[in-house]
Amino acid sequence: MSLFDWFANRRKSDPAGHSGQEREIADGLWTKCEACGVLAYTKDLQANQMVCLDCGHHMRVYSDERIQQLIDPGTWVALDRDVRPVDPLGFFDRKSYSDRIVEAQSKSGLIDAVQTGLGDLEGQPIALGVMDFRFMGGSMGSVVGEKLTRAIERATAERRAMVIVCASGGARMQEGMLSLMQMAKISGALEQHREAGCLYIPVLTHPTTGGVTASFAMLGDIIIAEPKALIGFAGRRVIEQTLREKLPDNFQTAEYLQQNGFVDAIVPRTQLKSTLARLVRLHHASRRAVATAPTNGARLRDEVMLDGQRDGLHVERSIAPGSIAAQP
Amino acid sequence: MATANRKPLYLDFEKPLVDLQERIERIRRLAEENGVDVSDQIQQLEERSHQLRQEVYGGLSAVQRLQVARHPRRPSTLDYINAMTDDWLELHGDRRGGDDPAIVGGVASLDGMPVVILGHQKGRDTKDNVARNFGMATPGGYRKAMRLMEHADRFGMPIITFIDTPGAWAGVDAERLGQGEAIAYNLREMFRLNVPILCTIIGEGGSGGALGIGVGDWLMMFEHSVYTVASPEACASILWRDAGKAAQAAEALKITARDLKDLGILDEILVEPLGGAHSNPLATAETLKQGIVRALEQLLSLSPQARRDRRYQKFRKIGQFTEGPIESLATSAS
Ligand SMILES: [Zn+2]
Repeated sequence: MSLFDWFANRRKSDPAGHSGQEREIADGLWTKCEACGVLAYTKDLQANQMVCLDCGHHMRVYSDERIQQLIDPGTWVALDRDVRPVDPLGFFDRKSYSDRIVEAQSKSGLIDAVQTGLGDLEGQPIALGVMDFRFMGGSMGSVVGEKLTRAIERATAERRAMVIVCASGGARMQEGMLSLMQMAKISGALEQHREAGCLYIPVLTHPTTGGVTASFAMLGDIIIAEPKALIGFAGRRVIEQTLREKLPDNFQTAEYLQQNGFVDAIVPRTQLKSTLARLVRLHHASRRAVATAPTNGARLRDEVMLDGQRDGLHVERSIAPGSIAAQP
Repeated sequence: MATANRKPLYLDFEKPLVDLQERIERIRRLAEENGVDVSDQIQQLEERSHQLRQEVYGGLSAVQRLQVARHPRRPSTLDYINAMTDDWLELHGDRRGGDDPAIVGGVASLDGMPVVILGHQKGRDTKDNVARNFGMATPGGYRKAMRLMEHADRFGMPIITFIDTPGAWAGVDAERLGQGEAIAYNLREMFRLNVPILCTIIGEGGSGGALGIGVGDWLMMFEHSVYTVASPEACASILWRDAGKAAQAAEALKITARDLKDLGILDEILVEPLGGAHSNPLATAETLKQGIVRALEQLLSLSPQARRDRRYQKFRKIGQFTEGPIESLATSAS
């Protein structure tokens, strides 16, 4: 148990029923940490990117806020905002999928569960996809698949690093097999991005499960997770039911995945932007170094130099030995 | 292929068929014992039986197809391999410390052409099923599959995969060893391979566990096979909050071959003998073999790069959405 946990547990048992503050919480002036129960002035929390000032707990952050946290002010260009969900199967469970879509849209103000766009990360051009758990649990349907695929294709064409902030319960069952196939579609786009020598970093946030884990969440060149995020393929309940076995305490946490070799780094949200920026910078610098090596010829070197001088950042991709990438 | 001295296994909706067959047998026996000629009557009943079979199998619901797809006697990956190839040698191991029996694979000759074949393997009886974990593969199973596919790519051998799984194994070890990563890796790498890849849903296509060996140039599916994003049982308990609604979920999820052809996911439906694949495994194997040979001929006429582009475009197109100005959203939402 970490010191944070210890404090968290102690505070949980602390009877802090300030009924007078309930209204102010509802007004959004104050926010209560769900881990330690401590109230914080919402503005202070937002300034700390919704990381509890007391216990370090990472509260949920949605797509707009996330884009603001990661992308340099004034550089964000949203992509494909008009791509909207339909009800391809005429799906009806206790409610129709069409109604669920309308409901989720009006509740979240979003069109579907992902926002994509281009922007600068500490001055370096990247493509970014941010999933939003508010919209039907961040589930992946045709719109999520299409928008992420287009963003990756754009990144490949412009030799941008791709970052996807994952937050998803998995496939959107109401779209049936169309939803499952988005896993393959996005993975195919990532294959081309990879072959073009570009960097891809998924950021796994709470929760990242099911079909997202079994596709683009696990395909990063470098995989980053937020502290204590739930990350897994199968649901915890399913595993408990089938095995009737006790699960490890930290089962399916970011820390568990790191221990088992599936996460490169657990990065607190307050350091996420600078860490991503450092990684993008390092990998572009390495490509520049390869590109300027004599074996690649003077022409390419000149292009790189010119490019580098022009905007200081954009670098022609290096040509890796044996690469057979198709130009898009 | 069918093992002898087993009790007859039939599905609920097959009961009228089984009853009629038993009646025919009874009459035949009685006639023999009493020396009466009833051949006209028998022939009539046989015709009725055939008609009934057509009726029953012609109009199977989604949940009935699911039952056929899970039929304990439905031919498995190894059954098909034995029936349609020569020189088969099973290759074992993921080269990472394991050999998952839920996925089998190896090299063989198909009509004289060297191929790599791999697929999920369900058990033939309870004991075998336990050993095979009911065809639910571990991360090691998916890594073994990829190792075999890389082997195929290296030697220019087409890859043939048979899909038949309730889903990828959900267990503590599977999570610890990276079930998500193992499947994800296959999804990406199968786009990279240069050789033709042909995938067939021979029974049950369960979610990511099926897709993990299901990215290819040509996707075929038997008439009564199913392919689901989540098992109808799981879907019912999540969306309906009632596992008893599985039949309704099976219908709503659009899991049959016909549905998936209409959705643009499936390339070809393979016809099963009347009464399902288990009623005539050898004829079914022949249908499968012809389907594979036909598709391979087409695919081999393309260059590797053209094949890969085509493979990407095939999946790139899947999905349904609209695209237009926001104004129309406001009207549809109000
Ligand atoms: Zn706290």
